[in-house]
Parts: sequence; C-alpha cells; structure tokens
Amino acid sequence: MPFGPKTPMSNAELAEYTPKLEDLARSQGLDFYPVDFEVVPPSFMMEVAVYGLPVRMPHWSFGVRYIYQYIQHRMGGSRIFEVVFPGNPNRAYLVNNNSLAENTLVTAHVLGHADFSKNNELFARMQSQVGFHIVEQAAERAHRIEEAIAEQGQQRVEAVLDAALALEQNIDVNFGINRPAFPERLERRGARDERPREGGFRGRFGQLPGEEGAEHAGSGGGGRAPIPPRPEYDLLWFIAHYAPDLEGWEQDIFLSVREESYYFYPVFACQIMNEGWASYWHARLLREADFLPQQLYLDAIKAHSDVVRPHAGEQSVALSMNPYHVGFQMWERIIADHGLETALRLRSEEDDFSFVRNWLDEALAEELQLFAYTTRKGRGGEEQYVIQDRDIHALREAMLHPKFNYGAPRVYVAEMGADGSLRIQHDYETDGRGLDLERAHKVLEYIHRVWRRPVQLVTVDGKGKERTLERG
Amino acid sequence: MSDTGETRTPSRMATDNRWYDLFSRGSRDWLRHNEKVRETVKEELPNLISGSDVLSRPSDRTVQVPVRFLEHYRFRLRDEQQEGEAGVGQGDGQPGDVLRRAQPGDGEGGSEGGSGGGELKFVLELKVDDIVDWIWEELELPDLQPKATDALTDEDLIQEGWDKRGPRARLDRRRTVKEAIKRRSVQEEGTAFSNEDLRFRQLARRKRPATNAVVAFLLDVSASMDETRRKLAKSFFFWAMQGLRRQYGDVEAVFVAHTNQAWEFSEEEFFQASATGGTVASSGLRLVRDIFNDRYDPGQYNQYLFYASDGDNFGDDRRSAEALLAELGEMVNFMGFVETPQNPLEAAKSEMGRLFKALEVRDYPVGSFTVHEEGDIWDAIREFFRQQAQEAA
Repeated sequence: MPFGPKTPMSNAELAEYTPKLEDLARSQGLDFYPVDFEVVPPSFMMEVAVYGLPVRMPHWSFGVRYIYQYIQHRMGGSRIFEVVFPGNPNRAYLVNNNSLAENTLVTAHVLGHADFSKNNELFARMQSQVGFHIVEQAAERAHRIEEAIAEQGQQRVEAVLDAALALEQNIDVNFGINRPAFPERLERRGARDERPREGGFRGRFGQLPGEEGAEHAGSGGGGRAPIPPRPEYDLLWFIAHYAPDLEGWEQDIFLSVREESYYFYPVFACQIMNEGWASYWHARLLREADFLPQQLYLDAIKAHSDVVRPHAGEQSVALSMNPYHVGFQMWERIIADHGLETALRLRSEEDDFSFVRNWLDEALAEELQLFAYTTRKGRGGEEQYVIQDRDIHALREAMLHPKFNYGAPRVYVAEMGADGSLRIQHDYETDGRGLDLERAHKVLEYIHRVWRRPVQLVTVDGKGKERTLERG
Repeated sequence: MSDTGETRTPSRMATDNRWYDLFSRGSRDWLRHNEKVRETVKEELPNLISGSDVLSRPSDRTVQVPVRFLEHYRFRLRDEQQEGEAGVGQGDGQPGDVLRRAQPGDGEGGSEGGSGGGELKFVLELKVDDIVDWIWEELELPDLQPKATDALTDEDLIQEGWDKRGPRARLDRRRTVKEAIKRRSVQEEGTAFSNEDLRFRQLARRKRPATNAVVAFLLDVSASMDETRRKLAKSFFFWAMQGLRRQYGDVEAVFVAHTNQAWEFSEEEFFQASATGGTVASSGLRLVRDIFNDRYDPGQYNQYLFYASDGDNFGDDRRSAEALLAELGEMVNFMGFVETPQNPLEAAKSEMGRLFKALEVRDYPVGSFTVHEEGDIWDAIREFFRQQAQEAA
C-alpha cells in the first residue's frame, strides 16, 4: 500500500480543513446537513462495514462476514476509507491510521455523499420515512433485541432473526414504511360503482366507521376478502402483521429488520451515482482548495486515482466494474457536456436504473472499457468468461441486473389459507429460472419457525418443472 | 423537510474516542457462530467420526474436525448449469475474447457476504472426552454400573465412633475436653482431667465398591479377518474403551490376538498384528482368562471382555471354547461378541455366534453385535451399553 501511516496524522490540521472544505462545497452549490465526523481505529471501521451500522442487532451471520472481512484485511486485500450514514446530522467515520492526505480526501468525499443523500429523491423519501437518526435508532433496536435475548433466550430470538434477516431484501419500497392492513371484507360491487373512488385520507376517513354499517348489514356485506388481495412482495411486512401466532417481541424484530432494510435501499439503488458523485466532488473540492499544502494535494490526488481506477493495478482486466470509476467518469462527462445545473438536477431525480439507461452511451461505455460477458465451462471443466458483443442495451441491462428487486429473487405471498397456512410463490418467469432448491428449503424452514403453520413455496426445478416445497 | 434552521449547526470532527477500541461485536457474533458450529458438529458427531482418523493416534486426546462456515440461507436463483451466468467487467477485452481466472476464488464481493460462505474452512479441535460425553447424550446411553458391593470390594479404613481406650496417636482432644467439661459440671470439685475423660478415635474396616476396571480386547487375526474387518473391530474397541474410561477413573486394557495360538500385544502393535493359521478361539479365551486371574483380581476389578471375529472357529474347538466362555462369563461384568461376518446373511448363525447366543439364553452377562460397516458401530456401541446397564440393574 502506498499510503501507510508514514507521518502520524495531525488531527488538528484535519479539524482545521473540514470547515473550509464545507464552505467551499456550499459555495459550489452543494447542500447538505451537518456531518459529525469521527476518527476511529480500523478495527471499529471493519465492524461498521460488516454490520452496515455502528451498533446493530447481534446475529451469528455477521460473525461470518466479520471473519471474511478480517482475513481480507489481514491479507491486505481490502481497505476501508470511509463510512457515512446519512441523516441529520450525517455521521461519518474516518480511519485513524490513514494519512492526513487520505483523510482530507475522504472528508471531501463525505461532503459529496452528504449532498447526495439530502437532495436525491429516493434518499429523501426513505430518510423521511425511517427518520434522520439511523445510528441512534439502530442502536436502540439492537438494545431492544438484547433485552429480548435476556427475556426469551438466545435460541428463540435467533430463530426470529434467522428468518427476518434472511428476508432482508424481500421488501416492497413502492409502499411506504407504514401501511394500512388489508381490508377484511370485500367491497360491495354496487356501492363501489355509485360513488367516485376517493383515494388516500378521504377515502379512508370520509365516512366514520358505522355510518355505512346498517346498509351493509342489510345486504349481508361482502364476503371475506382474500389475504393478500394481490401478490404481496413485502414478506417482512406481511409476516410481521399476519403471522398467526407471532408475539409482540417477534413482530418488533421483523419490523426492525424491515426498517433498516428501507434505510439501506437507496444506498443500494444509487451506488453508481452516489459513489461517482462523491468521487467527482472530492476531486473537484481538493483541486480548488487553495488552503491545502501542495504536497498534501498531490498525495491526496494519488489516493484519488487509486479509488477511481477501473481495476486493480497489476491487472489489465477485471470481471467486475468499479462503481467509483464508472460513476466518476459519467458525472465528469455530464458536467462537461451539460453543465453543473443539469448535474445537480440529475442527482436529485435519478437512481442507478435511470442514470445508467439515460446517461451511459456507447461512446462512454467504450471509453470506460466496459463489457458484458457470459460464463461457460471450458473443456477441463474450468470456468470461462466470454466477452459479448458491444451492444449498449445488453451492457446496461447486465449492469443493472444485479440491482433489480433489491438483488433478490422475486418472491411473493400468494395466499394465506383459512387455516393460517401460507403459500409463497416464486415469480420464476420474470427471474428466468427457478430457485436454488436446497437454500429455498432452508429459508422456508426459517419462515416456518415464525409462521408456525404450514408453509409452501412454489418454484421450478432445473428442468422447468414446477416444484412445491413444504414445511409443517 | 424544513431543516434549514438545523443546517446551520456546524459539523463536528471528533478525533479521539478511545472507547471504540473496546468494541468487538464482530468477535462476539463470530464466537456465537462457532458455538453453533459445535452444536451442529455435536449432532453429526457419530457420522463425522466413525471414520478412524480419531483412532490412528489414540494417545492424542483431541480430534481435529474440518468444518465449513455456516451459511445463513437466503433465496437465491439456482446456479446456471451450462451457460449464461452474466456479468459486467472492465478492461482490455474485445468481443469474443475468452478469459480465465488467474487465481481461483480470488476476492469477489467483500462485505456483501453470506453468499460467499463455504469457501473458507476452519478446523475445530475437539477433546475426545467431550466427544464421548456428547455421544453419550446423543445416543442417550446409560452410565455403567460397577458390580454390586458384595461381589467386588476395596477396603477402606474409616472413622467410626469413639472408644475409652486406644493408642495415643488417636486421642481426640476436642472430644476429651468435652467429656471433662461434662463431668465437671456435675462434680463439686472435680479434677481437670481424669482417665475417664479420654476418648480415642475408633477405626473400622469398611468395604467399598471397586472402581477399577480392566477390559480385554480379543481379536481374531487369522487370514479371514481382512483389513476392513479389523478396522471395524478397531473402531468398536476404541469407542467401547472410551465409554468404559468415562465410567471408571482407571481403565486398564489388555490386548490379545489369536489364530490357533494367542499373544498379548501392546496397544500400538495390536492392530498391526496379522498372522496365518487356523482359528482356535479357545487359545485366545484361555490367555485372557489367565491374564485376568494373574493380574486382575476379580475382587478388585470390574472386568470386561470384547471378542471380535468373523465368527468362524474350528469344529474341534467347540467344547473348549464353550467351557472357557462359561468360565469367563462367571467372572466378568460383561462379555461382548463383535461379529464381522463373511456373509451378511449368516450373522449370529456362525460357530462363535451360536456359542455366545447360548450363554445369553442362560442369563450370562453376554451380548453379540453384528457389524457390517462403520455405521453399524454406533448401534453396536449403544446396544452394548444399554445391555450392560440392564445386566447390572
């Protein structure tokens, strides 16, 4: 690593640069909530990277990730420069054994993220729903779960976390975090046709409960409404509210995991944009920060080029793309061609899906040496990667493919039986193939332990034949 | 969001929070993971270690079991068998180029973990004693019963009451003073001490059940006992030994191999031994009986005998073998026959099998176990310990 802690970092200098960088950022048009920076040891940073939050619920699966991270770290494979949690204030963590130049760069980078998370619509929508103090909220939830462990015992709490965390990605962000329950009775046909449909608040509260009651009772009302009335993709929400015998503390765990999942979603869905934006701004702010010593600027820019290079130094090709590099180059191009105003608007309006589809063109893709590939087995059984034709549409879809549906297979609740049984359906036509059956079985087992009634999962096997997995 | 008032709050830069060094939630959850691995291993134990890795170095009291990380399962699409796992790469490549990985398994997706589980392995070191304890719980095996007290005794001197006479060394001063105080409380002007006050500790000889044990392992090493059969016998012997050791603080083992003659071996040499020659079971049984009589007084030792063979014996030897078995049956706590039959269908119909069965019918503490493959060993072990417990009850 070229940037060891050769010179011990001077915290005083970093503290001095920070407000100046902020002023500079604001004068360039960035707009952000204040940032609480903290300089922490690398061990703490590693944990933050593993848990996704400084204090989060305990679960053994984090322990596995932790060891992977630890080994990588020990082998010099990965270095974490910075972690920032959007909120008001934002909370950012820097590593104490990075050099002053690196941490100055990281400070500027964090300001880019802070601007993005305040102004990007997806971020803003999620933030307003989950609250602006995620670090404290997550710590509070972790604390409640610790209490549940003390009261219910580790085994029971772990069983609930096994299920909830396994379904972490199975939420539906098209709905708000607070959702009304499904109607229990079918609407009467006639009544529905007579009145214009009213949505939202009026639709629900325009008439007090009971006002309509007599009329309904007279005609016998509608039948029992099916639950859910349409495919329900938010498994965490559904289980939290409809599991037949779920206890209060178990529901709390499900809703906690769901809330954190809402919080993580924009980070996931805007990764290319967000990292690119922060990289663009750390480069620009440092370039224009005349208060920085020349040598520090040079060291920082060297760190910058390490972050945004397309692939590891000694290689000429990589089987993955570096979102820092791709995002950075895309923003550079957009600002050069369309100006800063447009860029500021785009950072508010787009997410990775629209960003890549609208702004990654053929010329840029070629310049960035992006390619789509597929795998095949070589003669000796070894994995081979075949580079595909440079079709921009195929390339964009290949880039976005891992991002659909929060990166998880599309699985929904199809039906809850009168006996409380649960039928989950895999949307295998959209996904193009079936689920890994062994894993699906295990997940179904997790679900069964909290649902406590028979559960079913429908998917297809390798031959495209429908398979129904069952538990209970 | 109307937080304009708050945005004016200046940002903070905190640079020394020493307490972060104390954080180790990662290691806490890692330890929990390992605990779960141990639980899993425990459940799988009989399958995992019926192999003989454990046995190759019986002097090591630990076993190393390679285990995978546990996977926290999530829904995942099945791996594409043939073709078409798609991805995006970056770098110097033209359409149609075929790439291969330089180093397999090199750093894909860091913290987005979970899915990557199962590539790294780690080694769990287990104590053999723990394993035996687990197996006992898992198989719900009863604890062994030493022989009933009247049959088997060690002598102990224990204190029992007081006497007015005795050697000076056993004078109980406290008791003596007590007596003196009692006497003086009813005498007007009593002397400080009198001979009447003296109390001496009394010792009595008491018998207590012996907790010594000896187990004889008798193995047929004639040519028909091939490598596989010996390994089966060895596995059985090993776990039977562990079980006995769990019960008795001190187990001695005697290893005897026989063809038409019999030899005593050390543990290391025992399983290597092979010989040619006919099978005369009585030669081995006789040697075991002699060793028991010479070195392990039945009054002092709980005696066990295990005999492993493929069941054959010379017809001419039937009478001697029968007599010796009956004689041993009178002496020992339990006698087990581990049969590794040549023909699976003929189990317990073999020559030796029939002799053992006959004793069993006559209520001797005898059991026979048929072992065809590793998996049968646990059934045999369970059977043995259950039976043994019943015999003693």
